[in-house]
Amino acid sequence: MVESRHQWKAWLYLSPAIILLLIFTVWPIFNTLRMAFLDGYGNMAAIGGRTFEFGIDNFVKVIDYKDFLLCLKNTAILCVATVPISTILALLIAVALNSIKPLQKTLQTIFFLPYVTNSIAIGMVFAAMFNIVGLRDGGTNAQTWGIINNAIEFFGGEPINWINAGSTYTANIFVMIVYIVWNALPFKILILLGGLQSINKQYYDAAKVDGTRKFRVLTRITVPLLSPMLAYVIITGFIGGFKEYSSIIGIFGDKMSAPGGESLNTMVGFVYDALARDRQGRACAAALILFVIILIVTLINNKFIKKHVHY
Amino acid sequence: MKVVLENLTKIFPSRDKKSGQEVIAVNDFTFEIPDGQLVGLLGPSGCGKSTTLYMISGLQKPSSGKIYFGEDDVTELSTENRGIGLVFQNYALYPHMTVKQNIMFPLQNLKGKDKLTKDEMLERTENAARLVQIDELLERKPSELSGGQQQRVAIARALVKMPRVLLLDEPLSNLDARLRLQTREEIRRIQKETGITTIFVTHDQEEAMSISDIIVVMKLGVVQQIGEPQSVYDDPKNLFVAKFLGTPPINVLEGKVENGKVYIGDDDVLDVAGVEDQDVYIGIRPEGLEPSDDGRLNCTINNIEVMGRDASVVASNSASLNPVVRAIINSDVRIDTTKQTIKFNVKPHKFFLFNKETEERVYFEVN
Ligand SMILES: Nc1ncnc2c1ncn2[C@@H]1O[C@H](COP(=O)(O)OP(=O)(O)OP(=O)(O)O)[C@@H](O)[C@H]1O
Ligand SMILES: [Mg+2]
Repeated sequence: MVESRHQWKAWLYLSPAIILLLIFTVWPIFNTLRMAFLDGYGNMAAIGGRTFEFGIDNFVKVIDYKDFLLCLKNTAILCVATVPISTILALLIAVALNSIKPLQKTLQTIFFLPYVTNSIAIGMVFAAMFNIVGLRDGGTNAQTWGIINNAIEFFGGEPINWINAGSTYTANIFVMIVYIVWNALPFKILILLGGLQSINKQYYDAAKVDGTRKFRVLTRITVPLLSPMLAYVIITGFIGGFKEYSSIIGIFGDKMSAPGGESLNTMVGFVYDALARDRQGRACAAALILFVIILIVTLINNKFIKKHVHY
Repeated sequence: MKVVLENLTKIFPSRDKKSGQEVIAVNDFTFEIPDGQLVGLLGPSGCGKSTTLYMISGLQKPSSGKIYFGEDDVTELSTENRGIGLVFQNYALYPHMTVKQNIMFPLQNLKGKDKLTKDEMLERTENAARLVQIDELLERKPSELSGGQQQRVAIARALVKMPRVLLLDEPLSNLDARLRLQTREEIRRIQKETGITTIFVTHDQEEAMSISDIIVVMKLGVVQQIGEPQSVYDDPKNLFVAKFLGTPPINVLEGKVENGKVYIGDDDVLDVAGVEDQDVYIGIRPEGLEPSDDGRLNCTINNIEVMGRDASVVASNSASLNPVVRAIINSDVRIDTTKQTIKFNVKPHKFFLFNKETEERVYFEVN
């Protein structure tokens, strides 16, 4: 324990961190709460000298707003679809990576590359890959340009309008799911691979002696022993999913929809939109709602995990 | 099920390319383990005990040589088809399963005609648990068990599918001294009850001697001697085996054989026949030294350690390779500690000669 005489020193050493936290974390959180509960708050109006009533008007407005429910739906669909898919894929890839010896390091690097690549840039590449069915030279021959449609055609399928004008919401969401899963894989693989490598090899020797088949080894030994990492990956996956935003910009641009199509806007996008229109009160209310949703989902996750994580 | 090892050899390739030293972990091991026996594999750390065991289990492939279970050549057979039970050095119990699930796990893996019903599995699990006396603990997780209990769970898991051969890798190394004594008796009891051929690895000679039917002493991958514990102790083939067995350890002294007499320093301690003159190492078991007024070996007395029934005379001699010369005597025998020197007679059957170059035993007749 620090002698009380010297305590001011401890505070002095802590002060840079505390001051930064106060300015950039505590105050914004407090301010968000304040603005959310000031009816119709806007920065410009506040500067103009208007005063605001305390109330829950912002929340009512947000929930009433039809775009909000749309954003919530989009976010929920993306979360619910991508987290399980990416987790299972990451698990299988990590197990495979862990079991091959030659080129292991190289393959790990390849799988990790998306993590260090800008998501807007990846989005643009995806957009190019999923590009349209189009007409070449103004002629009558339909010709696909994106590599995905080329592949579909090569295998004798009908090309699909994924993201261009006239594409369906389902096709749009499908592309987003593929993109988000792909983008989420590297981090998950990294965590799971680390977990796998820390599992004592003797459990696998024991399983071999016990005559355990490969699939059973995966489900009865690997997954339970990996459950703390899986839990971590799933929770952070949901949190990240609820904050999905830039990936949609990357593929569909700042309109966040296929030309003329249904909006793919998400919760975070909704917050940004409100900010851009000087509706800070409403943005804060939406941010708080998002916070509460993430909190609830995480609590549910935690409860589930307590039951299934084994130690 | 007898187990036959034929010229079994394991070579690990070298790790660093520069030195290029490969490791011969096990070198040309040939041995037939009779059915239903408990065999102790014994040797210092790194001598290839675990490697031998893993080759028998099939977890490691021999570089050359063959392994037979009964008449079947199992050298190429995979682990799960060998019908072995293996208890790992740190037990390797699945931490997320209860004791019951751990023991039942091998049974659930059975397929085809061996497949069991739920009730059969439960019954066999309970039988195995009863055998190792953990039937009270079936619902616990391994982390909620003591080391000795964990070890018994590991044995139950190895036994539950009725293996043809049971392999134990230093099963007692994590236990405290008391529990060690208790569990080694238990291993002995379980082995006798089941009659399963058992191979048991340890670096503790006392442990191996106390429960094995046969011990195998290894050094640097090479088998030194195989036999019943008592006969290996009484008749070691070389200096290494003599030094490795026995607590307190054997006294080793430098000396020579000349004209039918064995000399330690200037003392001629024993008359022998049938030995050529040569420089030798002399091994004398602590219980082979008898204090006596007409003793022929002179030592300087240091002190007496009384240990109840026995006493230990600690003395020194300039020819000794050990720090002290130790004699175990009945504690009733009175030693005059006021005198500086003590005289010992040697018991010829506790007295061994080893060639100084080869360290191999030099046999002699007592004159
Ligand atoms: N996978 C491996 N690669 C290279 N060398 C190995 C490998 N496994 C064991 N060795 C070497 O083989 C020799 C025998 O090892 P082993 O594990 O059989 O010893 P041990 O007698 O069981 O020792 P301990 O009592 O310490 O467990 C050692 O020199 C060890 O370094
Ligand atoms: Mg070992």
